[in-house]
Amino acid sequence: MLSDDRIKELREYVSSLEHPEEALVDLMHEAQSAYGYLSDEAAEAVADIAGVPVIKVEELATFYNLIFRRPVGRKVIFVCDSISCWVMGMENMFDYLKKKLGIDIGQTTADGAFTLLPICCLGACHVAPAMMVGEKLYGNLTPERIDEILEKERI
Amino acid sequence: MFQPLLTKNFHLGRPASLKEYEASGGYAGLRAALKMAPDEVIKAVIDSGLRGRGGAGFPTGKKWSLTDRKSPGPRYFLVNADEMEPGTFKDRFLMVRDPHQVIEGLLISGYATDAGKGYIFIRYEYCEAARALNVAIEEAKGAGFIGKDILGSGFSMEISVHRSAGRYECGEETALMNALEGRRANPRSKPPYPASKGFWMRPTTINNAETVANIPHIIKMGGNTWKSLAAYDGGAGTKLYGISGRVKNPGLFELPTGTPLKEIIETHGGGMQEGYSFKACLPGGASTPLITPNNLDVPMDFDAVSKVGSRMGTGCVTVFDDTCCIVRAMINNLLFFTRESCGWCTPCRDGLPFVHDILRRIEAGVAEMDELSVLEENCETIYPNSFCAFAPGAVDPVRSMLRLFRPEVEEHIKLKRCPINGTPSPPTPSPGGRGGL
Ligand SMILES: Cc1cc2nc3c(=O)[nH]c(=O)nc-3n(C[C@H](O)[C@H](O)[C@H](O)COP(=O)(O)O)c2cc1C
Ligand code: SF4
Ligand code: FES
Repeated sequence: MLSDDRIKELREYVSSLEHPEEALVDLMHEAQSAYGYLSDEAAEAVADIAGVPVIKVEELATFYNLIFRRPVGRKVIFVCDSISCWVMGMENMFDYLKKKLGIDIGQTTADGAFTLLPICCLGACHVAPAMMVGEKLYGNLTPERIDEILEKERI
Repeated sequence: MFQPLLTKNFHLGRPASLKEYEASGGYAGLRAALKMAPDEVIKAVIDSGLRGRGGAGFPTGKKWSLTDRKSPGPRYFLVNADEMEPGTFKDRFLMVRDPHQVIEGLLISGYATDAGKGYIFIRYEYCEAARALNVAIEEAKGAGFIGKDILGSGFSMEISVHRSAGRYECGEETALMNALEGRRANPRSKPPYPASKGFWMRPTTINNAETVANIPHIIKMGGNTWKSLAAYDGGAGTKLYGISGRVKNPGLFELPTGTPLKEIIETHGGGMQEGYSFKACLPGGASTPLITPNNLDVPMDFDAVSKVGSRMGTGCVTVFDDTCCIVRAMINNLLFFTRESCGWCTPCRDGLPFVHDILRRIEAGVAEMDELSVLEENCETIYPNSFCAFAPGAVDPVRSMLRLFRPEVEEHIKLKRCPINGTPSPPTPSPGGRGGL
């Protein structure tokens, strides 16, 4: 939930802009982290603050892969499935993660800790295979390292 | 001895602070540029021979001279830091190691093109880089490098960082402008060109993050001196080259532009790891055609790599070793492109999944020989008929595979299995969801 104070601040910020639409993506990110994902309620809040129809928010939300219109876990695990990571054995890491977490790509663990998603090249190809957990980037993945990372990142 | 320019503060292993950046000669380029006329700055960049580092290699000085500086403002300068080309990791390093360099470059670029507002458009996944840039912007504001009447020159510029929300197509320059305007990142038709009607239909100049990071050095050294740093006569300056795959020493290296590909792989990359041999490489990202061992002597520069049937692209090399099935590599590549297609035009949106499916049939050993001509025909049709450069980049590596690895592709069909990975795996359904959730 966005607090009333924060909504007020955001409204002021948006009205200070020459083009309020420039703030839409920022607002979606903020609403997403406040609500856990971009729920209908969150999308409506964004539209309301930006002064645009909800359909405009929906149009963007369904375009961007980092805006989630469905619930996700407390952290999203983004596994790079692009070419350099593929060369370095990404497919095995994906299989290991699926087995370890007991979920398939696109699913969330029963305890709500992690959602598993593919992502394109994370710009860490020199330490492939790579993944991002929440906002943290990890490279040189091995099954042992994945165990450690999950342990550390689980909240 | 070769002196690194772009990477001189990389040894810190964290973002260089304003103090550290200035101690290494930082913001001297801005001070010098503000004492020059904008046309003189543009002249220096033309003299330098700098070509855009975003992949296409358009001459930067020429681009700046095309910007409409006559019609009333506001004018904009955009830094493209969307870096999502698979295999590429150069702009991220520039931003997490020396963010002030990108900011100084943007300020000089804005001065030369008379832009009062600058944006750094960065992909959301680059959290650390966005943080480093924002810290650096605050520091630079405090020191009077950003804001009104910068260093008493009369030139004013504001800078902000825009964090995107995914999708490779955001990196295409007109799609990026749409994205910044809060629209879907579909590309625009040209004309009108951004130089006269770009962001919010105002005159706009856009360059890659590495391109702008070079600008302070060009101003400090003079265009001609910078140009002479290249490895050969036709080249210009230094370039960030990356190398990944099963080499001994994968990483990012700043080298004279036009350093031979072989030297990048063998000397800097350390050569192949024990037990692996070199099969082919993508010289500059997922959209660049394959290069095979017979062309490794090629100087890594735009024209030279084009002459051997590929493109330098981003200059970040992905090496395939002998355990990589080339069909499977292309399946992986096409998965990226089918997922990232912005959906605006039919050849790309519908054609790429079709190409992807044929490749998977080949890999799974269920394709017939005549499907190769269907594959070829589709690539040749998609290539010239799509709305932007995305789809040509998607099919170009596949076309190069058909040119360079025909026997390996045909062997899959004859054996009805992958000759490298052995057992056939049944094709799975197309990735319908475009990577969203
Ligand atoms: C699909 C697509 C994606 C692109 N992605 C990027 C990118 O992430 N970063 C970038 O600098 N240029 C990218 N480009 C190239 C830009 O359109 C543009 O040419 C470039 O930013 C211009 O800067 P430069 O002249 O400094 O290279 C992309 C182009 C296409 C067609
Ligand atoms: S080629 Fe067409 S569908 Fe593909 S990214 Fe460009 S505009 Fe979008
Ligand atoms: S290909 Fe995985 S980080 Fe670049």
